[in-house]
Amino acid sequence: MLRINCPFCGERDHSEFTYGGDATVTYPALDAPTEAWFEAVYVRSNPKGPHRERWQHSDGCRLWLIVERDTVTHAITRVEPSRAVLSELIK
Amino acid sequence: MTGFRLKSGGAIDRGKPLSFSFDGRMLRGFTGDTLASALLASGQRLVARSFKYHRPRGIMGAGVEEASALVTVGKGAHTTPNTLASTEELVDGLDAYSQHCWPSLRFDLGAINQLFARLFSAGFYYKTFMGPGKRPKSWLFYEHFIRRAAGLGVASREPDPDHYESREAFCDVLVIGAGPAGIEAARVAAEAGLDVFLAERDFLLGGALLHESQPIEDTDARDWLSARERSLRAAPNVRILGHTTAFGLYDNGVAGLVERLQPGASARERFWVVRAKRIVIAAGALERPLVFGNNDRPGVMLASALRAYANRWAVAAGRRVLIATNNDSAYAAAHDLARAGIATTLIDARENLPASLLHKSKEAGVELRLACVPLRTIGRCARAVEIGTADGGGVETIQCDAVGMSGGWSPTQHLLSQRGVKPIWNETLAAFLPGATGEPIRCAGAAAGTWRSEDCARSGRAAGAEAARALGRRAPDEEFPGPGGWEAPIRPWVFGGIKGKAFVDLQNDVTLDDVRQACAEGYDAPELLKRYTTLGMATDQGRTSAVNALAVIAEARAKPLDAIGTTTFRPPFVPVSIGALAGAERDQHLLPTRRSPMHDALVAQGARMLETGLWLRPWFYPQGEETVDESYLREMRLVREAVGICDVSTLGKIAVQGPDAGELLDRVYVNAFKSLTVGRARYGVMLRDDGIVMDDGTSWRIGEHEYFMTTTTANAGKVMAWLEELLETRWPDLRVAVTSVTDQWAGASVAGPLARDLLQALVKDVDFTNEAFSFMGVREGSFDGVHCRIARISFSGELAYEIYVPADYGQALWRVLLEGAKSRGGGTYGLEALGALRVEKGHVGGPELDGRATLDDLGLGRLASTKKPFIGSALRMRPDLQRKDRAQIVGLMPVTTGETFKGGSILCAAGDESGHGLGWVTSVTESPSLGQWIGLGFVKGGLADWEGRTLLADDPIRGRRTLVKVVAPHFLDPEGKRLHG
Ligand SMILES: [Zn+2]
Repeated sequence: MLRINCPFCGERDHSEFTYGGDATVTYPALDAPTEAWFEAVYVRSNPKGPHRERWQHSDGCRLWLIVERDTVTHAITRVEPSRAVLSELIK
Repeated sequence: MTGFRLKSGGAIDRGKPLSFSFDGRMLRGFTGDTLASALLASGQRLVARSFKYHRPRGIMGAGVEEASALVTVGKGAHTTPNTLASTEELVDGLDAYSQHCWPSLRFDLGAINQLFARLFSAGFYYKTFMGPGKRPKSWLFYEHFIRRAAGLGVASREPDPDHYESREAFCDVLVIGAGPAGIEAARVAAEAGLDVFLAERDFLLGGALLHESQPIEDTDARDWLSARERSLRAAPNVRILGHTTAFGLYDNGVAGLVERLQPGASARERFWVVRAKRIVIAAGALERPLVFGNNDRPGVMLASALRAYANRWAVAAGRRVLIATNNDSAYAAAHDLARAGIATTLIDARENLPASLLHKSKEAGVELRLACVPLRTIGRCARAVEIGTADGGGVETIQCDAVGMSGGWSPTQHLLSQRGVKPIWNETLAAFLPGATGEPIRCAGAAAGTWRSEDCARSGRAAGAEAARALGRRAPDEEFPGPGGWEAPIRPWVFGGIKGKAFVDLQNDVTLDDVRQACAEGYDAPELLKRYTTLGMATDQGRTSAVNALAVIAEARAKPLDAIGTTTFRPPFVPVSIGALAGAERDQHLLPTRRSPMHDALVAQGARMLETGLWLRPWFYPQGEETVDESYLREMRLVREAVGICDVSTLGKIAVQGPDAGELLDRVYVNAFKSLTVGRARYGVMLRDDGIVMDDGTSWRIGEHEYFMTTTTANAGKVMAWLEELLETRWPDLRVAVTSVTDQWAGASVAGPLARDLLQALVKDVDFTNEAFSFMGVREGSFDGVHCRIARISFSGELAYEIYVPADYGQALWRVLLEGAKSRGGGTYGLEALGALRVEKGHVGGPELDGRATLDDLGLGRLASTKKPFIGSALRMRPDLQRKDRAQIVGLMPVTTGETFKGGSILCAAGDESGHGLGWVTSVTESPSLGQWIGLGFVKGGLADWEGRTLLADDPIRGRRTLVKVVAPHFLDPEGKRLHG
């Protein structure tokens, strides 16, 4: 029952969005060793409190967003475009 | 004697009689009645049989606390089981039926369970059928009989014919409950200018004021109520929903509400999702039963229910009433009944009472006995009560025909508990009060343990003002009154001297002895007790039983009640029909239906359509009386011998544009695309990060900076989202844009030896000769002036092309293709033939791309580039994914020509059919070209271990076993002569 304030479309119901995983993970280069890819794909922390997540506004503008959400209270404190250049653009 | 209608009074309209039926008997009531009040007034005492022991039960409550009188309403497809008689508004023609009774309510065979009551005690099912030393099958054997004998009402097996709606709403303040607290909270918030939503479970507003005989704030309760209701209804910023129960509170101020609508309305129920900035819970408190022998008999009711029936519905439950209490609240009930002319005896567990209470009782004509508790009722429907002192002494029998009881009050904690808020035990009031919450939720009135109506009103005003101020509005100062409001303290829980079965949970048939036994066996924590005895489960959710049960546990463990812990209440607070939750999203409205641009032309031609995901696609094109098998075999022959056309518009299509388009494809496909020359297409496979195959398809190089990517129909959305994710979250520096153009292009596959001839006649500006337009070539041209894109690609192994035109020209394209195909002895082919053709050729499809297979498992390992990395290239090299004994793709043929086998069969070594076998069969078809059945499957070790050997395709579900030979998965033209010809 989240409401996500898409920086492009405004506040929308979470049913318009698709969850896209942990935004704190940095994927390694494609030619990185198997171990680095194993870390990125399988190893996750399970934080209690504020957390950064990827969401796509799939039934809206389709842009990928980074949503800062508290895993305990579900309070959303920040929503920004995944692409840094777009963050600059809308400032 | 039984219940009857009083001569005057009540909020019923005696000028508007209603008729209804109960178990087929025609009865009458009035507008304003509930089913329960009308049944009581008609003298109907026996209303239900209990859940486990099938004991006779009557009406015990006047609202949502009712735990006995569950009935089934409606008949046929309109049947609604487990309806509380006390909350069901009476309407003309209502049909109600008793539950759990066979063959009839009066003579119920299941009541024999009472004789075996010792067997049915706490944990009986588990110990007898599932405990240590019991064979696991014994539960499976007995379960059927147990479930038949016990259980709640039975739902209709027919499709639900009713309509349901769902709504979303936003408001500043959601007020749950329209008693004095809720009404005042709504009024103050509305006067401060807030957008207010007021939900009331009852069909009238007022809560406890509806049966209040005493004035509130120096005004007659009904006048107080109607003045406020008028102004609330007139306020433009207040939405009032009656018949509406808030059943769940969720994150971020979201409440789930269900509204029952009147017969003839646009829907039967309406499901509301209300998002509120602040929530006021003014849901009142529920009276607790007293625990004593046979406290479940018809005629035994809550004292507040006796009062409500008398005052609001002008129904007396009996002519001689005995009320037992341990607190002040039952005095008002006794006084009102006595004033209505009912002979009323009030027994109070307490000894020293203030003079005012004694005086008022005397004035009203109530016979008052102090230091007295009920021990048991006598009679199938209570006709007398044995009373005595708290330790069981001084036993005396008092004749009566209705019994009231008040064991104290429990503020409604359910919604707050759903939010994870632990209630706080108040010893003085013997009640759980709301605990602290960080959310903008406030309990007001009796829900906060405030007993007196005037205090409830004040509490509501304080909650309304608090909400207003929190939302930046001005509001009058009002202090929350403290909890309580009785003149003398409650004396809770006297369990001494009780005789016979004393019920703690009436709905689930859990007795005092059951709870004590469970505690003795070590199930003495609330959550354990709940599972061991079923106390607090089902539709009741422990509304009247939870606190009494904790008291029994506390006594058994000799600990204070607040050291015992509580159970967490879960949504829904009241049963919510699946229909209401589904709303309009059912049948064909559950998901959108997608139709290809060719759809109408296909249907006009007689195609039988098939649902695949959201799409409707042509399955086969029967001629005359042809079956699907006859049809697809004929369609395959058309393709192999002449030319067939197939609608492929549903394939996913993505325009990949920009200077880095080739780089993007190089990264997502396992094979190279940057090096593809303009005017060529290539088959590609994509992996997921974890090295498992995600999707396959062809990408066509349209220009230096532009590719036309196709995906499978099933994965079109997934691949699009994947490319977007990669570009936005991982590779923002790539200069490339991806656009879904699936709906912009209509496409057809033209396959068969005459495909070239057909297309050349149609598209004059493209040279289709083998030299000019070789396999995997891409051309742009026009037919009848319409731009088209053509690639020479083949899924069937024949000479074949895919031709795309702008979607609006799809049907035009289809018509000319159809004409051309027919004139060459060809025709159309559907999905069934398409699937069969690709199995003959050994192409993998949906059943093989199952999210578990690697590139090597699919026999596609040689596609993977060694010159560049790609998504999945690292993790596909994990040792487990490189094991030689992984299940890998093989072709399969029955050893005996003419035998068949089925997809989904388990592949095992003949003679060793146990366990999971060595593999499985994915796709099977009859092959007209080979004159026998063929299939694809996966087997451990793949072709390397099994080529030429025999396996057993075991299909234990459908009872078929076929010996199959393992062959290479390219059954037809492995050299590709047809393809390149
Ligand atoms: Zn958006």
